[in-house]
Amino acid sequence: MLEIKNLKKHFITGHGKGRKVLTAVDGISFSIRKGETFGLVGESGCGKTTAGRTIARLYNPTDGQILFEGVDIAKMTDRELRSYRPKLQMIFQDPYASLNPRMTVQDIIAEGIDTYKLAKGEERQERIYQLLDKVGLKREHATRYPHEFSGGQRQRIGIARALALNPEVIVCDEPISALDVSIQAQVVNMLEDLQKEFNLTYLFIAHDLSMVRHISDRIGVMYLGKMMEIAGSDDLYEEPLHPYTQSLLSSIPLANPRQKNFLNRIMLEGEIGSPINPKPGCRFASRCRYAKPDCFTVSPELRELRPDHFVSCHYAENLVPNVKKEEKIQP
Amino acid sequence: MKKMRLFQEDILKNIQFEDDLILKVDHLQTTFYTHMGQVKAVRGVSFDLRKGEILGIVGESGSGKSVTAMSIMGLVDEPGRVSGGSIRYGNLELTKLKDSEMNQLRGKEISMIFQDPMTSLNPVFTIGQQLKEVILTHTSLTGAEAHERAIQLLRMVGIPEPELRVRQYPHQFSGGMRQRVMIAMAVSCNPKVLIADEPTTALDVTIQAQILELIQNLKTKLDSTVILITHDLGVVSEICTKVNVMYGGLVMESSDVIDLFENPQHPYTNGLLQSVPINVRGEKARLIPIDGTPPDLLKPPSGCPFSPRCPHTMGICQKEAAPLFRINDRHCAACWLHSPEAPQVPGYVQSKVGEE
Repeated sequence: MLEIKNLKKHFITGHGKGRKVLTAVDGISFSIRKGETFGLVGESGCGKTTAGRTIARLYNPTDGQILFEGVDIAKMTDRELRSYRPKLQMIFQDPYASLNPRMTVQDIIAEGIDTYKLAKGEERQERIYQLLDKVGLKREHATRYPHEFSGGQRQRIGIARALALNPEVIVCDEPISALDVSIQAQVVNMLEDLQKEFNLTYLFIAHDLSMVRHISDRIGVMYLGKMMEIAGSDDLYEEPLHPYTQSLLSSIPLANPRQKNFLNRIMLEGEIGSPINPKPGCRFASRCRYAKPDCFTVSPELRELRPDHFVSCHYAENLVPNVKKEEKIQP
Repeated sequence: MKKMRLFQEDILKNIQFEDDLILKVDHLQTTFYTHMGQVKAVRGVSFDLRKGEILGIVGESGSGKSVTAMSIMGLVDEPGRVSGGSIRYGNLELTKLKDSEMNQLRGKEISMIFQDPMTSLNPVFTIGQQLKEVILTHTSLTGAEAHERAIQLLRMVGIPEPELRVRQYPHQFSGGMRQRVMIAMAVSCNPKVLIADEPTTALDVTIQAQILELIQNLKTKLDSTVILITHDLGVVSEICTKVNVMYGGLVMESSDVIDLFENPQHPYTNGLLQSVPINVRGEKARLIPIDGTPPDLLKPPSGCPFSPRCPHTMGICQKEAAPLFRINDRHCAACWLHSPEAPQVPGYVQSKVGEE
């Protein structure tokens, strides 16, 4: 369905001598199959949102290919993209910032329909009601403004807007992270129902790791613009091969007081580095417990270590997962 | 400032505690008087805090958890104020204290770690200046001694190169490091009670793990008592010993942490636990969400605030809020299902109304 090959997105910051290159996404490759949900996880600053926005062609990629049903859309001009945009829609993170406060709900939802001149008059109205119904909103909501809605309802409006053009792929950029726990489940269930009904393909970007496992078929883990590991979601959570994935997963607080993750947590020292002028070698090397000298010089390639389980680490096969962490007391 | 203090009675001298009871909150009500009407953010919250506990207060946005903390700290701003009930710290009644008296208490006896490390530090002062302000207010240390103490505190919360960092400004620190600075500030005078309001919400999960471990270590080291406010049930289960579940300005359930997760006795707690995915290999079970939306506190529903969303609503739920029924000696829940007159629902035990 969607194949990403060596996608890069660099931003230029500063001018003249202060000019720097920020490598937000630095050569990631993965593919998404039709009807599946591909989860993209990582800490803030790892480039997952930039990746999502670049794939939806809201950014122009610096390099690489985005094959949509075999056609490369990475270098297309806006005019050429017109016929692809409806098939590739996006749901945004912040339901407060992504809806124009001066437009009514029906105009927000129908903006794409109007742009592509798909329907007019009664047909347009019928389509709006149909979409509102699909996302669990009422017909009378159509003439209201976004400020009259709660966060969960606004996210529903955003989803209705994404559905308006009968898309095939939806990039969901942290669609639930701004919502309360009890509302998150409502939205996740709805996304799953819509996926079944319309045979949608999702690229689901999130940092809530337990929700990602729930919704995704396969997951990619990013760190500083690079893909660290790609695997089926159960394989990834049960047998993470990359040292970064291992410590990331062991940091999830578990909602089970008898099984405190704390005791065998692989605590990650330090913080995520800067994507500006990154050092050669593995991006994770400076925080990795297993790092050897060549990790700092040679950048590892993503390789298939087990069937359908890709990892980019020189020594992944030698690592023993879930080593008990040593007792450590603050000075 | 120092001169003023000479005329002021030192209220901290005469604090006495009854056994291990540190803080007793009784029918606390906090109301915001806005032009749109009264917002009753906290509508009668009662709980005890005992020495050495890590009490978790969980709830969604608008449940009143942060306002409860602000009320304890005496930091509720206009147009809000504590409109009823009492907060007893030992033999001191905090709701009756003057601002100048609260100032002696804040930071020294009870201190707070705020939610957003990006906005709760002053951008125009160095980290050292901000730390020293707290130290100089509450101790008799000299400036140079306070500087040493500031460095020592930064080292204690795990900030590398504290001698250098103490002279830097907040923008030179990352989110996780700023939260460490906030914690250093909060523990600078060895407070007896530490209130942490969503200390890890703005942070990544690996940094969250570091901060939670730090709070736990400091709690043991400084022998203090912690109130942790969060919306994340995972965080609660990792570090808390006791939990209050709040909804619509009321405590819905109060329990020992293990009992809460294994034997939830309020439909709201149950709903929360079911809306989090249980991840096992294979076919994923569908999440069971709580239908509807949280109440509007300008017009709170009469009776139990959860009744419009509750799968077990009865006639009485809409008329009268349920009292706390005692399930066992460490567990109570505010739900009419526990009344001996209520119909039996599997999973919910019937009980008598327990005394506070």
